Amino acid sequence: MWLVRFSALCAALSACVVTMEAMGQETTPAMVAAAAKEGKVVWYTAVDVKVAEGVAKAFRAEYPNIALEVERSGSERVFQRISQEFASGIKNVDVVNSSDASHFLGWKQQKLLASHTPPDVQRFAAQYKDPDGYYAVWRASLSVMGYNTKLVTPQEAPTGYLDLLDPKWKGKLVKSHPGYSGTSLTGTYAIAKLLGWDYLEKLSKQGVQQLQSTTASPKSIASGERAVMVDGNEYNMFIEIEAKSPVKIIYAKEGTPFVTSPTAIFAEAPHPNAARVLQNFLYTAKTQQLLVNEGGLRSVHPDVKEPADRTPLKDIKLLLDDPAGMLPQIAEIKKRYTALFGN
Amino acid sequence: MEASLRKPDAGWRSFDWTAPFSAAMVLLLAVLVLLPLFWLALTSVQDDAKIFTLAHYRQLFVDPAFVRPLWTTLWTSAAVGLGCIIAAAPMAWLVSRTDLPGKRWWRILILASFVTPPFIGAFAWVLLGGPNAGLVNQAYYALFGLKPFESASLINVFSAWGMVFVMALYTFPYVFTFAANALDAIPSDLEEASAILGAPAWRTALHVTLPLALPALLGGFIVAFLQSMTLFGTPAILALPAGVDTMTTKIWGLFQFPPQLGLAAAASLPLLVITVALLRAQAAIMGRRGYSVIGGKSGSAGKPIRLGGWKVPAVALFVVVLGCSIALPYGVLMRTAFVRNWSAPLEGNLSLEHWRFVFFEFSQTQLALKNTFVLGVTAATAGTILVTLIGYLSLRKLVWGHRYLAFLATAPVAIPGIVLAVGLFLAYTHPPLVLYGTLSIIFLAYVTKELPVGYQQIASSLRAVHPELEDASRILGGTRLRALLDITTPLIRNGVIATWIFIFIGSIRELSATILLFTARTKTISVTMFDLRESNDWGPIAVLSITMLAITFVMIAIIHRFTDARLK
Repeated sequence: MWLVRFSALCAALSACVVTMEAMGQETTPAMVAAAAKEGKVVWYTAVDVKVAEGVAKAFRAEYPNIALEVERSGSERVFQRISQEFASGIKNVDVVNSSDASHFLGWKQQKLLASHTPPDVQRFAAQYKDPDGYYAVWRASLSVMGYNTKLVTPQEAPTGYLDLLDPKWKGKLVKSHPGYSGTSLTGTYAIAKLLGWDYLEKLSKQGVQQLQSTTASPKSIASGERAVMVDGNEYNMFIEIEAKSPVKIIYAKEGTPFVTSPTAIFAEAPHPNAARVLQNFLYTAKTQQLLVNEGGLRSVHPDVKEPADRTPLKDIKLLLDDPAGMLPQIAEIKKRYTALFGN
Repeated sequence: MEASLRKPDAGWRSFDWTAPFSAAMVLLLAVLVLLPLFWLALTSVQDDAKIFTLAHYRQLFVDPAFVRPLWTTLWTSAAVGLGCIIAAAPMAWLVSRTDLPGKRWWRILILASFVTPPFIGAFAWVLLGGPNAGLVNQAYYALFGLKPFESASLINVFSAWGMVFVMALYTFPYVFTFAANALDAIPSDLEEASAILGAPAWRTALHVTLPLALPALLGGFIVAFLQSMTLFGTPAILALPAGVDTMTTKIWGLFQFPPQLGLAAAASLPLLVITVALLRAQAAIMGRRGYSVIGGKSGSAGKPIRLGGWKVPAVALFVVVLGCSIALPYGVLMRTAFVRNWSAPLEGNLSLEHWRFVFFEFSQTQLALKNTFVLGVTAATAGTILVTLIGYLSLRKLVWGHRYLAFLATAPVAIPGIVLAVGLFLAYTHPPLVLYGTLSIIFLAYVTKELPVGYQQIASSLRAVHPELEDASRILGGTRLRALLDITTPLIRNGVIATWIFIFIGSIRELSATILLFTARTKTISVTMFDLRESNDWGPIAVLSITMLAITFVMIAIIHRFTDARLK
């Protein structure tokens, strides 16, 4: 009897080994075939919706048999939806991208992620990937200030955060929300650490228009609804500048928050093979170059070239993100911020 | 009597299933309506460890983070109600009593503002009334040689008052309808008497007509108040950017991770209590002073008052109100859908980019359209069947329980959408029935929410069919079911179709309950638009708004055909 059990166990084990092999790091024809059988892959992302659909279009062109579903929202909203779904036993998401890098610390700790290192990531610098292969920086951007050039001249434009407290900016500012956006949360954490909460309290008395997404505030100053942006995605500013919108980026003299945005595969992804195909695709030099060229993003891929007209990162005073330091404070930051600026 | 007419040997075929069926319906409705409320009440008095506590309520009435939104909700809703009366009462009087030109068209446009989803109106008004880039303000600055930021804007929709203005634009049709119906029903004898005695028209209107129409106006005020109080989209779009919370946005905020369900449940209860209280007040006001008994002559029989030179300001009132609620918003949505940059001049700006994006690139569109249609069709079908059966059982007073049926079918009118959603979320996120994450939970929300409207609609059709016709069929040996299928159903066919379309339209535009119940797989068009709002993607929002409005108006055209057919 034990022999039967033993051989059953062996069979189960070897089946495991076979699946492990099928889920290897490189995208193999077998993996693509298995992914095509799964039919689709679901990607929750916080990147701007048009950038996300641009990536999706490129993916569909390369893998016409794998349907890619994009669910885009702010990082904190993405986190909230995933938490809510998991709490209710719903398994929908395969691959996740969030600009709140601390999310990945939490997910890894709770053993919710699958370990998978895309071939390109092996060449990434160590600080941009998890040592155990659970996630890696897919894109990076800065949380920049900016202004509308039709409403503000370069001479009068603010040069840093403290300038924004000048009464002349009252009613002219727009800002995104750390309760919604991971970029804004990362930036708010950095600014609160640098300038203290009393700075934010003073800022909240400046009649700041409160938007949600850091993709929204660049669009707001581009339309002329507000003159100066307290925080917003650098990449959306590049997109606006490319589209000839009258906006200009300000790299604050106090420093500009540098926001890394990893992706990861969930351990219980309903489409594990398709998830791996997508994850590998996201990190290829070609996709990364697409993000940089069309999406205005920064890439940590060693082969990617920055367009000449963008200020190189080395010339910008950066406030590096600190996911581990931020993680225990997130709830408190959101609460204090909401009390000052509203929902 | 009936029993003796039955053939004794017909067996189960002739068994009258009405009574057990009716009991089953009462049970079904009770579960549908009462279960969410039960969970709401229970959760509001439990802490995280499920131990009894009143802490949530204490926080609700002490913490300024809740007291302020509650106060904002109350005063803005009252302001909307008053604004609606100030605009709609004269409009109703003009349409009902005077020789105002173009009455038919004004009525059609008022119907159009009635069916415009309020959140679409709010989207449009962001583009019109944003203080600096809004097109109305841009025109104002250009006209007077002013500059944005330097001078005050003509209108600022990102404020509590801006929200009141936009809410009123899509709520006034309720007050108009109440007032116009009341005026049509009030005989004009008294007004004529006043005119004969030499009072000028304005005096008659103020001292005779107004007091007579007052209960209807109060009723309209209450409906407008309740509408505004329970809206989620408009405050989220217009007030949140100004840092102003209402109760609905606050409840939504409590659902952000980690959800504070006990507080959310407690915060829902004031809305529920206010709604029930005001609806009772309304019933009392409108019930006590019914005018159908005053005289046999109806208002329309009287001679219309000649406006003369007053025609100009009268028409101007309609132009301004309907311009703000229909012409400008629809215009700006069309413009935004076809230009690259919504705030820039048209020249060199035209583009089909947003249409291409929405229908060929945006991977949410297909899913959201499909979900919206599936929900609309299933909710309308199930809802129509349900209200038809309930209407039949309760109006024919056939069996025990008919009172409860009518009560339960109309009770959801007192449950604001977002409150219903909190209740449904609490009721169906744990065993035995885990529905969260499926379309079923949203389906339940839609059916429950639309029950009262459907019931009213079908009841008016059923009342027109005299029971004698069914009795004839029963006497000839048919069962209750036969009579229903062969006699009543064909007679109320048009009413049933109208009910179906009403529920369908109500469902495809639903936002305030869906916003708490959807997941990535179960998104609808309305929540997709709300997601796009958070990243200021106005072009795609305009395209989806136009699509939704087009579907709505096609459906209304269909209703119109069927109701016209009935009249012929």
